[in-house]
Amino acid sequence: MAKNERDPIIVAEDVHKWFGNFHALRGISLTVRRGEVVVICGPSGSGKSTFIRTINRLEEHQRGRIVVDGIELTNDLRNIEAIRREIGMVFQQFNLFPHLTVLQNITLAPIWVRKMRRSEAEKLAMELLERVGIPEQAHKYPGQLSGGQQQRVAIARALAMQPKIMLFDEPTSALDPEMIKEVLDVMRELARSGMTMIVVTHEMGFAREVADRIVFFDEGRLVEEAPPEEFFHNPKHERTKLFLSQILQH
Amino acid sequence: MTDARADAGAQSYEGEVLPPPTVRVGPLRWLRENLFSSWWNSLLTVGALALLYVVGKGVLPWALAEADWAVIPASLKLLLVGFYPEGELWRVWTVLFLVLGLLGLSAGLWGKLLREAAVIVGSALLVLLGVLLLADWGERLRVGGLALTLFGGMGLGWLLRLRVAPPRQRPWKRVLILCWFFLPVAVVLLLGGIPGSGLLAGVPRTQWGGLLLTFALAVVSIVLCFPLGVLLALGRQSSLPVIRWAAILYIEVIRGVPLVTVLFMASLMLPLFLPSGWRVDNIIRAITAFTLFTAAYIAENVRGGLQAIPKGQIEAAQALGLGPVLTTFLVVLPQALRAVIPANVGQFISLFKDTSLVFIVPLMDFLGIALDIIENPKWGGPAREMLLFVALVYWFFTYFMSHMSRRLERALGVGER
Repeated sequence: MAKNERDPIIVAEDVHKWFGNFHALRGISLTVRRGEVVVICGPSGSGKSTFIRTINRLEEHQRGRIVVDGIELTNDLRNIEAIRREIGMVFQQFNLFPHLTVLQNITLAPIWVRKMRRSEAEKLAMELLERVGIPEQAHKYPGQLSGGQQQRVAIARALAMQPKIMLFDEPTSALDPEMIKEVLDVMRELARSGMTMIVVTHEMGFAREVADRIVFFDEGRLVEEAPPEEFFHNPKHERTKLFLSQILQH
Repeated sequence: MTDARADAGAQSYEGEVLPPPTVRVGPLRWLRENLFSSWWNSLLTVGALALLYVVGKGVLPWALAEADWAVIPASLKLLLVGFYPEGELWRVWTVLFLVLGLLGLSAGLWGKLLREAAVIVGSALLVLLGVLLLADWGERLRVGGLALTLFGGMGLGWLLRLRVAPPRQRPWKRVLILCWFFLPVAVVLLLGGIPGSGLLAGVPRTQWGGLLLTFALAVVSIVLCFPLGVLLALGRQSSLPVIRWAAILYIEVIRGVPLVTVLFMASLMLPLFLPSGWRVDNIIRAITAFTLFTAAYIAENVRGGLQAIPKGQIEAAQALGLGPVLTTFLVVLPQALRAVIPANVGQFISLFKDTSLVFIVPLMDFLGIALDIIENPKWGGPAREMLLFVALVYWFFTYFMSHMSRRLERALGVGER
């Protein structure tokens, strides 16, 4: 079955969000299907981070509807926690817990939220560390790792909850250039394994290679969405063309 | 420092890894670099030496020749335990043996931090034994026994640590933790007795005094005020207005009132709140006052720590599906409390010293008894000796606390950003 025929797992309809008087999201509608990899790009301040943060309710949307895996996001706290358990998130600043070791960072949520046994959670954590390529760092603290290693731990931590969806909020923007590849490699592998992913990034090479669809945001609006080939070679909107010419030139 | 080398498999290129250069510093060079590096530092050094000379010239001859230190060993029992009945003193000794034995065992079995604490306490005991102060051989024997218990326990714990495989150590550790947990109960029962039972006659708390009382007040107040302070800090951050305003009101009222006033209030007004017929003894009143007072300050310290936690930490916890309670207790508080160890220990040190205000309630704590002895006409004014001794004892315990807090900070700071 082709990915565009599968059932939708995230449906956003006419989502609006204001910060005070600032209209940050101005009616975003986007459907993501199971197993799809969607890359969101756009200039800074265009609302792309804000939008993916509304999907797990780190930001509250004020108008419109967001349905994740059949559950609508409302003020009902149980819904929010249920949805957050199904969505993993990776942040620009890693946000690892500095007082816990790598292993404790990864096992924390499985033990306390999923009620997994410690031994079981640790086994899972080691498998995930193996997958992201740094099992030997299990007993170190985040502060002892490089940025790239920290971000890979953050990915393993999110995966430990065995989520159905992974959100990436500019996962490589805080990294030194030499470390970007090691993180992108992990994300590539994850995409190939069939994970549903929404990735906010400026890494156009990654987008071209991995994305099923690229979505372009500007000034709180979803300006254009297209498969990578079409997006890069035949953009329809002037704003998209300008953006592409600016980021592809340097 | 990030350890990128291990991961990148570096050093594969030809580059020698050199040890850092060793620098040998002779005494003369040390003097020049540390004391006389500039004309200003030289001036400071000379000035400080002059000051030391003047103070030493004034104090030393007096301390060594004129001072009548005999007052201290003679009144040591009063200073340490107040009017605790002579015949029941074995209970105090038993408590000391229990605590030090437990400390020794734990120090041997666990890491560096406890071991350092045990070594400091043990050394203090040996100094006490070596210097003076102990009136008779029975006491010397018991203090020696205490030191022996402490170091013996440490040796035993150390052996256990070396000879028993780590997973098998776990039950031992659990037993020890359980012992610590029940220690307060045992101490209270031993010292206070069980009124009406044939085994341990009750010792009325009016007879507790001296350093024993100072310790009882400080330890119980510290243990109670800490959780209360944390709760108040969390309350002050609460999104529920009623809780938030109640916490703010409490904190600001208490911080706006001198401790002496709170003590007076506790001793005069506490009975008004309680049902008639309830009688609360002075020690409980004092502990209530110290706890309520210090909790407000702890709350403000902890609030500082809570506010220093980056928002990303909370978002990461939420994104993992941790609810507000788990986020607070697993992610926010451990980091916040660690950040405010120095401030909180500072508060505990203040509390320890402020227990000397209990003469208001009235109780006879360490300082109170010392002042009483000074006023006793029989001694004819050994005020200096007595006060110096009291100051030294307070200094020892407060310095011990601040030293251990610094070590705790360092031990917990492992691998932090």
